[in-house]
Amino acid sequence: MPRRYLLLLTLSLVCYGQTTVGYDRLLNAAKEPQNWLTYGGDYFSHHYSGLTQITPANVKALNLAWVYQSPLTGSWESTPLVVDGIMYVTQRPNDIVAMDAATGRVFWIYHYENAKTVTVCCGANNRGLAILGDTLYMGTLDAHLVAVNARSGMLLWNTKVAESKSGYSITLAPLAFRDRVLVGLGGGEYGIRGSIAAFNARTGKEVWRFYTIPAPGEPGHETWEDCKPGAGYCDPEAWKHGGGSVWVTGSYDPELNLTYWGIGNVGPDYNADQRPGANLYTGSAVALDADTGKLRWHYQFTPHDRYDFDSVQVPVLADLNWKGAPVKAMMWANRNGNFYVLDRATGKFLLGKPFVKVNWMSGFDQNGVPIQTPQPPGMPTYPAVQGGSNWYSPSFSPRTKLMYVSSWEDQGQYFAGTPVEYKEGLSFGGGNLAPFVPQPDNPAKAIPGAPAIPNLRRGPINNWTDAGGHGAVLAIDPLTGAPRWRFKMYDVTDTGIVTTASDLLFTGGREGYLQALDARTGALLWRRNLGAQMLNNPITYSVNGRQYVAAMAGLSLFAFALPDRSIFFAIAATPPLAAWE
Amino acid sequence: MGISVLASAALFALPISAWAQQGAPQGHPEDYAAADIAHGARVYAENCDRCHGADGAGVSGVDFRTGKFRNADTDRQLAMVIGRGFPTAGMPAFALDTADMTGVIAYLRNINNLDRGSIPAGDADRGRLVFEGKGACLSCHRVKDKGSRQAPDLSDIGATRSAGTLERSLINPQEQLFPINRAVHIVTREGTAINGRRLNEDTYTVQLADEDGRLVSLSKSDLRQYTISTKAAMPSFKGELTRDELADLLSYLLTLKGQ
Repeated sequence: MPRRYLLLLTLSLVCYGQTTVGYDRLLNAAKEPQNWLTYGGDYFSHHYSGLTQITPANVKALNLAWVYQSPLTGSWESTPLVVDGIMYVTQRPNDIVAMDAATGRVFWIYHYENAKTVTVCCGANNRGLAILGDTLYMGTLDAHLVAVNARSGMLLWNTKVAESKSGYSITLAPLAFRDRVLVGLGGGEYGIRGSIAAFNARTGKEVWRFYTIPAPGEPGHETWEDCKPGAGYCDPEAWKHGGGSVWVTGSYDPELNLTYWGIGNVGPDYNADQRPGANLYTGSAVALDADTGKLRWHYQFTPHDRYDFDSVQVPVLADLNWKGAPVKAMMWANRNGNFYVLDRATGKFLLGKPFVKVNWMSGFDQNGVPIQTPQPPGMPTYPAVQGGSNWYSPSFSPRTKLMYVSSWEDQGQYFAGTPVEYKEGLSFGGGNLAPFVPQPDNPAKAIPGAPAIPNLRRGPINNWTDAGGHGAVLAIDPLTGAPRWRFKMYDVTDTGIVTTASDLLFTGGREGYLQALDARTGALLWRRNLGAQMLNNPITYSVNGRQYVAAMAGLSLFAFALPDRSIFFAIAATPPLAAWE
Repeated sequence: MGISVLASAALFALPISAWAQQGAPQGHPEDYAAADIAHGARVYAENCDRCHGADGAGVSGVDFRTGKFRNADTDRQLAMVIGRGFPTAGMPAFALDTADMTGVIAYLRNINNLDRGSIPAGDADRGRLVFEGKGACLSCHRVKDKGSRQAPDLSDIGATRSAGTLERSLINPQEQLFPINRAVHIVTREGTAINGRRLNEDTYTVQLADEDGRLVSLSKSDLRQYTISTKAAMPSFKGELTRDELADLLSYLLTLKGQ
């Protein structure tokens, strides 16, 4: 063992032996846990790593290895890729930074100049990259897709995906497989008509496109019903700006040849009366044929949504033993407050169960359609507009077989719809939201004007307390939908989760703590105050045998690792990692 | 008088610079037309609420209720900020037409002026005497260099609370008390008792001011007892002060705008 350790030290002085990331490597991403090759860690979006050097026993020794500080302002929602010792990360608005993943020192920065017409709701974010071959792919705020050489940082091609002055943007990390790269369009708050499109990875030429709002004559269009006379303001062509954004990356099952995506909220967000019908495929999961983009099945989580409960979550795929039979499953902790299990081959509804307080619905009918119970005026709806969970990635551990979810608990809000006429490039919300902070003596009544959880947090002070809601990490057993354990936080969380093969869980929250929990029990094992809100998905990777945990807080990207001495003992105490062989 | 919605609708889609030359008023809440404010409330709900919150304090470090803006003093500057945004910092440009821009500025100038409560305006000078005398407010609160540190310092309360909120606090503090201001009682593992009020709290720690105003930061794992009172320590002044005294006191509190 000591001899191997010396060899690793020697290697670290030379180079990292970068090799091309072919499709076969992406298919088998789990076999190279030293790397983080896709947004979700693998095509099933488990956000799980096979690394074991950092363990529940030694995590207390975790210490800062390096910091990279972005020179730009604003929230930072990116998830890095790590390929053979090189970290690729986006920084706002659309830079790609290539750096040494062991030191944080920068090789090059690619800067994309967005058009002046950029119109982005809710933060000009970019959530990351895809890699295929020697090429990095990034969606841009002005709704282009660019291909950049991973060695040189040089632009290879630039394809316009949609018109940015109409409110279209791309904020998600692309999904690359075989010979193609897929993106979805954001912009639902501006009355877009969403789509998911596949492009030839080498040329940038469009291969197929699936519109998330079906046009007249297409299946599903009947859910955009005709206006009824005398029913108040109604838009007879509501589907044309019906939203259906795609804010986060989809998943891919190569055996079924299906790619799965979560579809965002309907437009306008809050005034459901002006768009009668279920409004497909908003608030849905869709399964698309990877060759053609044709819809294979869909399941709508929130029909005729009036709460902005978009399905802006990563589809998590796993093969489960469901009531004695193997099922190719999809797990989904939705913004609407329910945890779902679907059969990913057919779309069949297998389970739906609230994981936070829910009162917009009272249960499901036999087909898995929610029985909606809109609250009367003056009464709060649970969950609030940010939902039970949101865009940040959950994790599934194949070891514990638990789904780990960052959640917002006990937050309610008043919703009210008002008619809004579509105007290109302008906000298309159609309603009012008001916070609800319950009185201690009378939880059904609000404290007028009390500070409530802000949608964005840019400072370290809590003036809202946990009286109006708080965050928690939930470990949900997918077979029952019930939490196995719950780690309550005082503030809410916009941080994703990564779990490891040593049964560690890393996550953060708005309080700015990066924290390690025992994935089996939820016990807190380690924490560090990083001093600012964390708005990203932590990852773990290793370079030359040293495991790192990387996470952003504020404008800084932090990498933590065990001290060298601890690594020595970790090597002596654990079997060698596949990467070292 | 400001430009009314009906009049300004005729100026649809004028550029910002043209809008700013329409003789728009410059910052006094009472200078804006009620119709513009009402229209602006809807524009705000549609465009601004999502990030800035219904109360105007949703983005940390930005509080519209104070009437002060980081990057604008005049209405023209406000229109520039709204029209151009800060795209790299996450605030998009809002291409509002003239009616919408006029309305939203009127609303921003009045955001802390809409919840007026039911008590009419009184005399602020007389209100100061009530505050320091019959009301005995300084026995718990502090204003500038006078008073106790037990309850929150009110030196800028008029910039961050509406008249309605202050009125409800005086009449029914139990229903109006904000959670952060509830009294806390702590006993440390060593047995030291601390009474105080929270300044900040997270999952693992709490920062507070004790009864003498000293700043204390504690790790929750070091506490034997941590109790947050659900009862307001402040008494109701309903029946204790006359309606005129309440009106004067309220007017005085609204003059406290900090430095």
